[in-house]
Amino acid sequence: MAIGVKTVERPEGGASYLRATLKGMALTFKHLVTPITVSQQYPEEKWELAPRMRGTHRMAVHEDGRAKCVACGLCPTICPANCIKLIPAEDENGERYAAVYEIDEFRCIFCGYCQEVCPVEAIHLGVHYEAAEFSRERFVYDLERLCDQDHAFTQLWDPEDPLSE
Amino acid sequence: MGPLSTTAFVIIGAVKVIVIFTLWLLAVAGVTLAERKVAAWIQDRSGPNRVGPWGVLQPIADGLKNFVKEETRPADSSRLLFMLAPMMSMFPAFVVFAVIPIAAPLTTPWGTVNIIIADLPVGFLFILALASLGVYGLVLGGWASNSKYPFLGGVRASAQMISYEVALGLSLVPILMLSGNVSLPEIVSQQQETLWFVLPLMVGYLFFTVAYFAETNRPPFDMPEAESELVYGFHTEYSAMKFAIFMMAEYSNMIVASALMATFFFGGWDIPFWVGDNMRVAAGGVVVGAAPAWWITLLTAASFALKTGFFVLLFIWVRWTIPRFRYDQVMSLGWKVMIPALIAYIVVLGVAMLLLEASGVQVDTTYMLWLTGLNLIGVLVIIFWLDRKRVIVGSGWKQFRPQETR
Repeated sequence: MAIGVKTVERPEGGASYLRATLKGMALTFKHLVTPITVSQQYPEEKWELAPRMRGTHRMAVHEDGRAKCVACGLCPTICPANCIKLIPAEDENGERYAAVYEIDEFRCIFCGYCQEVCPVEAIHLGVHYEAAEFSRERFVYDLERLCDQDHAFTQLWDPEDPLSE
Repeated sequence: MGPLSTTAFVIIGAVKVIVIFTLWLLAVAGVTLAERKVAAWIQDRSGPNRVGPWGVLQPIADGLKNFVKEETRPADSSRLLFMLAPMMSMFPAFVVFAVIPIAAPLTTPWGTVNIIIADLPVGFLFILALASLGVYGLVLGGWASNSKYPFLGGVRASAQMISYEVALGLSLVPILMLSGNVSLPEIVSQQQETLWFVLPLMVGYLFFTVAYFAETNRPPFDMPEAESELVYGFHTEYSAMKFAIFMMAEYSNMIVASALMATFFFGGWDIPFWVGDNMRVAAGGVVVGAAPAWWITLLTAASFALKTGFFVLLFIWVRWTIPRFRYDQVMSLGWKVMIPALIAYIVVLGVAMLLLEASGVQVDTTYMLWLTGLNLIGVLVIIFWLDRKRVIVGSGWKQFRPQETR
């Protein structure tokens, strides 16, 4: 072994590569003829998502289509990733509403604090993961877009068992 | 039926070239799909299933994709050689098929047609010569890329293919000794009259298979590409259609190898246990043996395709089972095991044949059966030698695991 190859001492009667090869061929042949696949045909078949799966956001709306958000400012305060931009305003009745409400889904870490802290149950995470877009700008969801989402709200806890007992 | 006139020869020759070449390109496309499908099934996946029913149009989609993709060429690469390499790789892979007989001869109103593009008198020597040319594509591709890994791939390709060409040539010597001929149609007709050469030349067949696996750079001998070591080796820098041409050459080589295994050792287009197809074209275009008919030609072509398909499947099956050899193992297998063993085999076989002839046995089925016995012993010797004590003791690696190996 002029090029310094380390020769491993195999125990006497040890590994037989002829048998191992034949065994391997038999194994692959068995898999070849067994008609099972573990593939999921993705766009047609999808995962059944857990109700607590935390995906892209969704804003709850009133029956007349207004966002439930009262622009209290708790969610941008608690957000650890600092991804929520909120500019509050007041309408003629003196009710606060969000003039600008944007969530940068790239920055978001999907911790769910915004949903937890929201006093009016307006902002929610959603059971949703197919968030692909053609440009980076599209990942900043504005208020209109957040209201338009129609996937399920994430349940941060099981309503039957809120303390996970 | 006499020989073809010159005009008929030219026209029929052109038709044969077009038909066989087209079928062959289709076969290459089919094999690329088969590889992906079989790989998927072995790994419990589905494989390509989007383009057409069961993904049968996948090769067309691949081809289209490769045609419209961007061609890249590394800076400071040698432009001419870079362009030449895929061509050099594809040309021998596609020309070799000309000398392989595909089906039983066919009688036409213009004369007897041999279903083989070119019945060259040099026979399989032509195949060996062109198979050696195939390495130029790999070496040039590796060299012209002006890049580290392709260069290493090219170097590996040249060393490996030269080593295994010796073994390949030697493993065909027994065929030459037994049939006394290099012409492939002649070899096929001799197998029809006696036994398939896989029986009397079993050891030779095993070595031929291993040598041709190495020659086609298929796993477990895919040293020149070795994606985990060399990032696909000699064709790392190739893209789009040039890359596709390398791939076509590889698959084409694989089909050639399978067709050669079928032709040399499994009777070519012969249908076993049936004398209705035992015919051959003698001098002057006269068919000796059974009467040719178009349906016999079709049946024998199907038989040939079936055998070739089986060996293609074997190639794919082995690829998705056995891990790649280490490079020094490939080299020592080639030089230290295969070549000496083949020389010894040739000597033993030659002595046996001389003894058989001296004892007055005609070259017929009895003669072949004697050689079959000899070869069975040879195979057993090889198995025992490869496996030493383990054939009897068993693989038994587990029982040594706890203490002895730590």
